[in-house]
Amino acid sequence: MIDTKTTILHQEQIAPQIFRLRLLSPRIAREARPGQFVHLRIREGTDPLLRRPFSIHRVNRERGEVQVLYQVVGQGTRLLSRKPVGERLDVLGPLGHRFEVSEEGGGVLLVAGGIGIAPLVFLCEDLLRGHAVTALIGARSRDGILCHDSLRSGGVTVHIATDDGSLGHRGLVTDLLNAQLEAGREAVYACGPVAMLRTVSALCRAHRISCQISLESRMACGLGACLGCAVKVRSSVPPGYEYKRVCKEGPVFDAEEVIFDENLLSGH
Amino acid sequence: MNTAPLENVPLDLSIEIGSLHLKNPVLAASGTFGYGREFAKVMDLSRLGGIVTKAITLEPRLGNPTPRIVETASGMLNSIGLANVGVAAFARDKMPFLRSCGTAVIVNVAGRSMDEYVEVVRRLSDCPGIHALEINISCPNVQEGGLAFGADPKVAAAVIGAVRSVTRLPVIAKLTPNVTDIVRIAEAVQEAGADAVSLINTLVGMAIDVVRRRPELGGVTGGLSGPAIKPVALAMVWKAAQAVRIPVIGMGGIMNAGDALEFMLAGAVAVQVGTANFVDPTSTIRIVEGLEDTLRERGMGSVKEIIGALEV
Ligand SMILES: Cc1cc2nc3c(=O)[nH]c(=O)nc-3n(C[C@H](O)[C@H](O)[C@H](O)COP(=O)(O)OP(=O)(O)OC[C@H]3O[C@@H](n4cnc5c(N)ncnc54)[C@H](O)[C@@H]3O)c2cc1C
Ligand SMILES: Cc1cc2nc3c(=O)[nH]c(=O)nc-3n(C[C@H](O)[C@H](O)[C@H](O)COP(=O)(O)O)c2cc1C
Ligand code: FES
Repeated sequence: MIDTKTTILHQEQIAPQIFRLRLLSPRIAREARPGQFVHLRIREGTDPLLRRPFSIHRVNRERGEVQVLYQVVGQGTRLLSRKPVGERLDVLGPLGHRFEVSEEGGGVLLVAGGIGIAPLVFLCEDLLRGHAVTALIGARSRDGILCHDSLRSGGVTVHIATDDGSLGHRGLVTDLLNAQLEAGREAVYACGPVAMLRTVSALCRAHRISCQISLESRMACGLGACLGCAVKVRSSVPPGYEYKRVCKEGPVFDAEEVIFDENLLSGH
Repeated sequence: MNTAPLENVPLDLSIEIGSLHLKNPVLAASGTFGYGREFAKVMDLSRLGGIVTKAITLEPRLGNPTPRIVETASGMLNSIGLANVGVAAFARDKMPFLRSCGTAVIVNVAGRSMDEYVEVVRRLSDCPGIHALEINISCPNVQEGGLAFGADPKVAAAVIGAVRSVTRLPVIAKLTPNVTDIVRIAEAVQEAGADAVSLINTLVGMAIDVVRRRPELGGVTGGLSGPAIKPVALAMVWKAAQAVRIPVIGMGGIMNAGDALEFMLAGAVAVQVGTANFVDPTSTIRIVEGLEDTLRERGMGSVKEIIGALEV
């Protein structure tokens, strides 16, 4: 069963428009793997109607706790941010496929844009067991740079870029990528805006470094039944593409297979 | 003395649609339940009245460009298209699981031409474990300039007549609401030999992203479903049920047992649940339980007592 009533243990605002939600769900905490997501029903009734998908940000298996890190962007996330501790929340999960982590302990690179850091923190816990981890974190300004302190104290080498230069490199996070890739990496993991993912994917291909990206797509069922969350991927049979489901085959994809066309770039 | 305690009254939720026997009147609607498998993780599928599959076409179809869905006020628009694995892969890969579910399997059939409908129906008729076919006549007719088969009574009747002549399975005609008078279509397919009609399919709708000045959906327009369409669906079901002798299966925005009862009072012998599966994947089961509770509370022996019991 993947349908659970959870309880809100804690919710706090950690930056402008950014909230951290802690849910009690021993089953999800136990089963969740980095890259998977949960599908939250914001409230009863028809407004909003559909569930909202969020990456699993962290879990604490001893305490049966699941964390979500989210940005308020619309009505659903606004309502979520106002939920009090103790309220019950209907959660489907864990859903989707995880990031693949190789057993060989080489150096790996994380690339996060804005709230895209959320699933990478969970992944980091896995990676740090056998890999040297470097993280490139980008956002518009310093307020949007998240989790860098906790990653650093966990042993991750962190580089920061902001559009306005208020913290770290002034410019795009992908400006920092070439130098890192030239140093050689076993794998790259990225999550963030589609335009960023496109650049990361292209640079990784140029350097022949394997890259996994976590994609977003509007979802209805979250279970693989409605085909609403489809994303275009390369295929060896005519017409040269097919669709995969972000909720089922994804949200993590091999960057090589994803087709970054206009539809994906203007997705939401 | 002979009044048994209420909880011991045997509840009869079963209904018949021609030769199709359903253990209860709650079906999962086409396109919202995949081929059943995804929902087996959250519920016992054998408690359903039946499962209607995603539309099946002759060849595999990739479906429409993305984005394919957008939420609207109390509803959603979808432009999935007829994405499906094709009839051969469906029979080979999807039917074994569906056959094992312990519920009625109704296969939704779509086509771009009369010949395609006929050929898909012919092939499905050879496949064991299918209880009925639902012919989705909302699809655009390529030969007739893209107008939906279900938009014209003559064309609708021709499709149903053609598939009728090649199968012994019960044929349910699924009607589109995007017509001037759905009753005329219902009457036409009845004359053509349909065993039942189901309605409504989605209403054509659109949403626009003001900032980008672009449609929200890759397919530009899409189909509106969910609670927003329930009043429209209910009126159409009520009108159709008055006009035809064959059973009417009602759907459109059903979220709970109360909604299902409204459709049944309006004359639907069974209901389908679509968008609600996305909100709560166990919606269908909750509705079955809600109907049982209603019968128990009202001291009714059979769900048939509710059908068409509307007083106007
Ligand atoms: C697999 C996955 C993981 C995600 N993880 C996170 C996360 O960890 N933290 C976080 O802040 N956000 C995450 N998102 C994005 C998050 O789902 C949306 O921000 C949220 O649904 C917006 O809801 P809203 O009602 O506030 O916004 P509105 O814009 O009002 O929502 C309207 C509709 O569009 C959909 N929608 C809007 N933006 C997105 C989007 N970016 N992706 C998918 N659907 C969208 C909504 O679900 C809803 O159906 C994730 C999305 C996916 C698909
Ligand atoms: C995502 C989605 C896909 C659908 N696909 C089909 C389909 O393949 N064939 C069909 O006849 N109806 C299809 N429908 C229509 C539903 O079966 C149903 O008629 C409609 O959604 C109204 O019911 P609802 O409001 O309960 O969803 C689809 C609906 C949705 C939301
Ligand atoms: S959201 Fe329904 S298939 Fe992915």
